[in-house]
Amino acid sequence: MKAAILVFPGSNCDRDLAQAFRAAGAEVQMVWHKDTELPAGTDIVGVPGGFSYGDYLRCGAIAAQSPICKALRTHVERGGYALGVCNGFQVLTETGLLPGALLRNAGLKYICKPVRLGVATADCAFTCAYEQGQQVTYPIAHHDGNYFADPDQLAALWAEDRVAFRYVDNPNGSAADIAGILSANRRVLGMMPHPERAAEPAQGGTDGAAFFRGLLAGVAQSAAPA
Amino acid sequence: MTEPQITDSLIAAHGLKPDEYARILEIIGREPTFTELGIFSAMWNEHCSYKSSKKWLRTLPTTGPQVICGPGENAGVVDIGDGQAVVFKMESHNHPSYIEPYQGAATGVGGILRDVFTMGARPIAAMNSLSFGEIGHPKTRQLVHGVVEGVGGYGNAFGVPTVGGEVRFHPAYNGNCLVNAFAAGLADSDRIFYSAASGVGMPVVYLGAKTGRDGVGGATMASAEFDDTIEEKRPTVQVGDPFTEKRLMEATLELMATGAVISIQDMGAAGLTCSAVEMGDKGGLGVRLNLEAVPQREADMTAYEMMLSESQERMLMVLKPELEAEARAVFEKWDLDFAIVGETIAEDRFLVMHNNEVKADLPLATLSGSAPEYDRPYVLKADTGAADLAPIVQIDPIDALRALISSPNYAAKNWVFEQYDTQVMADTVRVPGLGAGVIRVHGTDKLLAFTSDVTPRYVKANPVEGGKQAVAEAYRNLTAVGATPLASTDNLNFGNPEKPEIMGQFVGAIRGIGEACQALDMPIVSGNVSLYNETDGTGILPTPTIGAVGLIANADGLIAGEVRDGHVALVLGETAGHLGQSALLAEVFNREDGDAPRVDLQAEKRHGDFIRSHKSLIRVCTDLSDGGLALAAFELAEAAGVGVTLDSADTAQLFGEDQARYLIACNFDQAEALMIAAGHAGVPISSVGKFGGQSVRMGGSEAPLSELSAAYRGTFAATFD
Repeated sequence: MKAAILVFPGSNCDRDLAQAFRAAGAEVQMVWHKDTELPAGTDIVGVPGGFSYGDYLRCGAIAAQSPICKALRTHVERGGYALGVCNGFQVLTETGLLPGALLRNAGLKYICKPVRLGVATADCAFTCAYEQGQQVTYPIAHHDGNYFADPDQLAALWAEDRVAFRYVDNPNGSAADIAGILSANRRVLGMMPHPERAAEPAQGGTDGAAFFRGLLAGVAQSAAPA
Repeated sequence: MTEPQITDSLIAAHGLKPDEYARILEIIGREPTFTELGIFSAMWNEHCSYKSSKKWLRTLPTTGPQVICGPGENAGVVDIGDGQAVVFKMESHNHPSYIEPYQGAATGVGGILRDVFTMGARPIAAMNSLSFGEIGHPKTRQLVHGVVEGVGGYGNAFGVPTVGGEVRFHPAYNGNCLVNAFAAGLADSDRIFYSAASGVGMPVVYLGAKTGRDGVGGATMASAEFDDTIEEKRPTVQVGDPFTEKRLMEATLELMATGAVISIQDMGAAGLTCSAVEMGDKGGLGVRLNLEAVPQREADMTAYEMMLSESQERMLMVLKPELEAEARAVFEKWDLDFAIVGETIAEDRFLVMHNNEVKADLPLATLSGSAPEYDRPYVLKADTGAADLAPIVQIDPIDALRALISSPNYAAKNWVFEQYDTQVMADTVRVPGLGAGVIRVHGTDKLLAFTSDVTPRYVKANPVEGGKQAVAEAYRNLTAVGATPLASTDNLNFGNPEKPEIMGQFVGAIRGIGEACQALDMPIVSGNVSLYNETDGTGILPTPTIGAVGLIANADGLIAGEVRDGHVALVLGETAGHLGQSALLAEVFNREDGDAPRVDLQAEKRHGDFIRSHKSLIRVCTDLSDGGLALAAFELAEAAGVGVTLDSADTAQLFGEDQARYLIACNFDQAEALMIAAGHAGVPISSVGKFGGQSVRMGGSEAPLSELSAAYRGTFAATFD
């Protein structure tokens, strides 16, 4: 299983994400934002948290125009997997690979704390280790995690069972308590909470370890010949 | 461009006293140029020269087998075994934060992070000790919002977890808030980078962001009292860019790995001037700068402006010339400026050229080494040990506790630290809130614990005991998570040292800090002095913040459990019921009288060692400090959502602030074993109550935990949202 983690100059969760993928058994390569291609054989691309290009214009907006994001788009269009966490989710909405946008938190403050999440669907590689309706705890750490989508987009997300995680106690004003969503082909997940920060006992929680193990198994299964 | 004439008022505007100017004339044997006057002013202000404090700083213990590098470099370096070192320092950004809270606090964080990665260490933890004026003061709310957002805005984007700190409120900070930023980094102990230049004719390289006019004269501003012209000082505050700092950090660490760095220095206070002079002076060399090569953000900058600019996110380096191409490639990769702006020279000379014109030509070693040093007169508060304490009426303990936890000084601080990223880097083991923060050393089983402490009321009442107490509390906070204290950094915030009573606070606090660091084996390895924290002649409470770092050699040694229903509450240490200068007096009775509690350093050491050698029996532990047993027991209970019953109903027993004490929670069998072990070791220990149920009981008084918890957790939001 080959994971490629994108590294923008202001990424700061790239190492954390790489570590969680490695701990789950993936072979990980870091990919610089100026590169124009992903490593050959990449199964899944991780878009990490951080502040990609300083997030001065709009979170993820400049990153979405970077050379490596062209390669990411090609990968996704070919049916490749991608996971965007926090700033990575913002990048995925800015590239248009996921619908909607992440606005400033409703309380206008940066929030860093563990939150309870409900698994809204287990029907994708990302959440296949969980049961639908199960609750997990991951930390959040963001200033702009208030998910917005217009009513049609929201209706489509629900109708197509593409809401992956919901906040049990909405911390940031997100529409319909949405914490993470899937692409139409269910192979791209964007989420604000950080599973890589809850992946081992020393971090105070292990719910995220199952996420990465399940993800690698799910991706492997979908790649296996029928 | 012609430079202004040197006049008496120009000299005064540079913060130079007439006798100091006379000294300049003596050193260079002629009238200085305008640029030279600026350079002297930058090097000789209090902030950069430590001219009032140097004499006393020299008395602090700074060595030990664990110390790789003590004070004098950008940060202290301490051995943590396995060829690794922790590099740390605490530094104030008080004056800028009061003038422009967001940028002042943000660049305070930026400056301290730069100090750490300049030494070759990747920052792994940050803390902030913040002191604000009283809640009702018209500026407080804006300062709290601005400073907290600024600290978070910079640290979160840079990507360093904030794992600890303090937030206090007191009217003495109404005109001067304090922002003390701490950062620690991790390095290989044989890959530490220092500032001393070596070799003649080596290129001096400018790295990072471009130079603008921001912060010109900042260090001089930070060495003056405030008055009603404060709004005019806003342009002296710099503007921070954490995105550039993050790139500068990555590029600097990559550059160091190429072997191209001979010496390196960050541009902090007094930017290019201080960094160039320091590298030359430490290496016994001269420096020639060609300012036209400096990357500039604005047009037509003068030599004076470039030499005094405090633009952020810049470094100066002496480069191995044969590796220039490799070094340049690293900075191009990160889209940062890399410019050769001068060279090292054999003569003792600081030669500043701009477009082939000599703008400054000064003897470098003298410029650096001959900063004035003052032995300012001081009056040390009489240490009679019996400062008057008016009688204290008994008060319902639950009412007293409720009052304490409803004050922002003792309420939960989640409102503050949840605005900081406490977990980036994925190695945070213990977040801020209760005692020391703990970080895992990446890829190892070792843990590092961090704390920052001081009780300014104590220092004011009794500078020597108050100084000791700050160190002792840091020692206890590290001990309570199972760590062995390694070393400390001191951030000494005081008023105007030209007043003998303020100087007396400084001298006394240093004496206490020194004695405690010696006795508890926590040498001072770095630090910073901030004086002139006064507005219109009124000074702050003396606030010598102690930042300290401890090591837990393997993760099993961490004490970080939660209390459980049925746990016994034990107090280790002697309770006499000292209420002078206590939180209870200040918050409940609005009184600040009596003496500070005495600190018995031998008892501190004995009790700390006892905790560390009986970790197998102790899963929950916290230090007792302000607020005494009642507050500590409540905090442990509240964190776990379990009630607590304390046997005593006596105000002094419950709220007394005697030192060298810990509260331990454990099951009955462990309690028995601990009592026996303590008996053998001659360490006082007593059972004071038990945890369980859903209410807080003290003596005959009781309240539901949920009600107290709501007050404790709601105070900040109610006050500041």
